Amino acid sequence: MKYLYFPGCSAEATAKPYDASARACAKALGIELVDLEDWNCCGSTSYFSIRELESFGVSARNLAIAQEMGGHDLVATCNACYTVLAKTNRYFAEDATLHAEINEALAAAGRRYDGKVRVRHFMDVLINDVGLDEITARVKRRLTDLRVACYYGCQYSRPMGTFDDPEFPTTMDRLVEAIGGDPVDYPVKTKCCGGMLMLTQEDAALKLCHELLAVAAREQADVIIAACPLCEMNVEAYQPLVNKAYGTDFHIPVMYFTQLLGVALGIDAHTLMLDKQIVPVDRVLAKVPA
Amino acid sequence: MVELETPEGVRELHRIFLEDVYGIPGGEKIRLCQQCGTCTGSCPTSYLMDYGPREVFAFFRAGMLDKVVKSNTIWLCTSCYYCTVRCPAGIKITDIMYELKRLAIKYDCWPRESKNPAMSKIFIDNVEKYGRNYELGLMAKFVLTKRPDLAWKFKDLGLKLFTSGRLPVKPVSVKGQEEIRKITEVLAAKEVAQ
Repeated sequence: MKYLYFPGCSAEATAKPYDASARACAKALGIELVDLEDWNCCGSTSYFSIRELESFGVSARNLAIAQEMGGHDLVATCNACYTVLAKTNRYFAEDATLHAEINEALAAAGRRYDGKVRVRHFMDVLINDVGLDEITARVKRRLTDLRVACYYGCQYSRPMGTFDDPEFPTTMDRLVEAIGGDPVDYPVKTKCCGGMLMLTQEDAALKLCHELLAVAAREQADVIIAACPLCEMNVEAYQPLVNKAYGTDFHIPVMYFTQLLGVALGIDAHTLMLDKQIVPVDRVLAKVPA
Repeated sequence: MVELETPEGVRELHRIFLEDVYGIPGGEKIRLCQQCGTCTGSCPTSYLMDYGPREVFAFFRAGMLDKVVKSNTIWLCTSCYYCTVRCPAGIKITDIMYELKRLAIKYDCWPRESKNPAMSKIFIDNVEKYGRNYELGLMAKFVLTKRPDLAWKFKDLGLKLFTSGRLPVKPVSVKGQEEIRKITEVLAAKEVAQ
């Protein structure tokens, strides 16, 4: 199985562990990820919401490169990259005016796009192309009795809901079950973490993170797993500020779902960058049989 | 200079808004709002908004969009898309929030206490300069220029990220920077023309 891979800007900084663990899991599962050549920012929510047309163009440059590389499927790990690229792809297909405008801009840069690429989330590839049975067969360390809160975030399946339900997705829970873990009841699994409000209006974001942490604690989760760099950062790194604001004492380990999958596949902690988490994950690893 | 203080100015705002919204695939559904309030009830930040999303559509119908573009409402939208997937009329509310953000910037009438427009501006500058987001640069520039109080609050976290190698000092530039410049140049000219 061969795919073009879009790492996304966070993969080079705060979300390095997501990138490293996704690559390691892919290798262990026989998925070949070929990096998209000279990829640029997906357009991102910040760019999209202020300069729409330019951001469609910037986003489409990635799709044009994927098409030139002969790729059919372009795989992203970051929820926001996935949603922005997929949204550009959909609007490009649905709106003839936008289609023409984007190609006029791409032509100025010596490129063109014909809508031949399919944008996919890494989870979609795991569930639908590799398959849960195959993943179960490759498990080396079953996560027996590990209580996992699956935090999908907003842009995992909203707005499009291509590979999972926009309101109540289940793919991550099913993956956790397939590797022997115990997904806890987590009704806030698609609630917002506050996103960029953490820097611009942190009270609002801390309130949302508090709820995500409180429900995980109530369900006695050993770990929260995430599928988006911004979700992971907000829920993990700001726990001291949540504790200060709400008089709580949360120290809940948070990691990317690919890191937890990597543990089950027998990949070493260093490769998965588990030593780079902010809340130590030793307690989680200690619970998993070697 | 775009003007919002006269009835003609407000009518012009409505004209531009509708033209842009109708340009979104499915944008014409904005007429179908039945004021049910599902959007406001689903919104994680509506409790902080001057007007919830439902009221935005009520203001739109009443010809009072000038109130909305000056409000804090649009800057509290986190793009979670709950309203969009739940709207029984199929209105793409998140996309409409984006359009209102663009109009607030165009008319330069966003509430000055909101730091979100500044954050977006720094983000866009990064992408146009490097082709990718430069996370350390984004955080440092935003904190130093807009929220110096956060420097102290976030110091432990910043240090941890830095020492664990999760905040590289240098930005990464794409080779195709010239391509990005040309793409945005062509499209910026179109946006102005509209």
